[in-house]
Amino acid sequence: MNILIALLSGLIFGLGLIISGMANPAKVLGFLDLAGNWDPSLIFVMGGAIALGVVAFRFGGRRSASLLGQPMQMPTAKQIDQRLVVGSAIFGVGWGLAGICPGPALVLLGAGAVKGVVFVLALLAGMALFEASQRWLTSRR
Amino acid sequence: MTIDWSHFTPLTALCGGLLIGLSAAVLLLCNGRIAGISGIVGGLLQRSKAGDFGWRAAFVSGLILAPVLYRVFGELPQSRIDAHWATLVVAGVLVGFGSRLGSGCTSGHGVCGISRLSPRSLVATATFMSTGFIAVYIVRHLLGG
Repeated sequence: MNILIALLSGLIFGLGLIISGMANPAKVLGFLDLAGNWDPSLIFVMGGAIALGVVAFRFGGRRSASLLGQPMQMPTAKQIDQRLVVGSAIFGVGWGLAGICPGPALVLLGAGAVKGVVFVLALLAGMALFEASQRWLTSRR
Repeated sequence: MTIDWSHFTPLTALCGGLLIGLSAAVLLLCNGRIAGISGIVGGLLQRSKAGDFGWRAAFVSGLILAPVLYRVFGELPQSRIDAHWATLVVAGVLVGFGSRLGSGCTSGHGVCGISRLSPRSLVATATFMSTGFIAVYIVRHLLGG
């Protein structure tokens, strides 16, 4: 059941990305180009998603188990540290270079865009590089 | 700054946004999980999270199958990737590495984190939005690409 819900959730998310225009990197760059011909549409994507998200987290945040009896796995980190800021800064630069973040990358791959496939492979390499760097850091401690 | 009215699509943007919010709500309320895509994908690469492989793979499959499903009912909306190949590879590596180091991306921090009013996610979102704006400014207006 968990697997089915995850598949459904992924499908809805992907359709949302397609309909909203987030799966069009040219449009995303139009939003990030504040100094040029600015397309503010993506504010409405965030607005719509957060509007429903606030309700869901209000309701879900108080529960100890999900509707299917699964434990609620909420993030526990509270500290605003260097990792958070440096990591987000690096992510933002990559997002601004191509106009693609992880969700739309997977949608572009599914749409059969060759550049989407290349981006996903590079993204996985970046993530693997992160895992390797973490292992290297722990082995030195 | 000028507003690009010809590409401004508030209605479809809002509808798509609501679907993204609905997806996050379903995953949270039914499975007790945060719909953060970099975290879900990153977990697939971690041996310590092997027990979680099933739902993570299912969510990712849903994302990949979404355009396939969309095509059953009509043509996909126009989508264009302007970045050159080398830029694309560099961007992909930065997105993958940065989102894992910063514990989230547009979905985990930008949507879910802000929805639960997490100060960490507010800082993360403000940071990646800023560096995204700066990257585009440098590429388009200083380098003229």
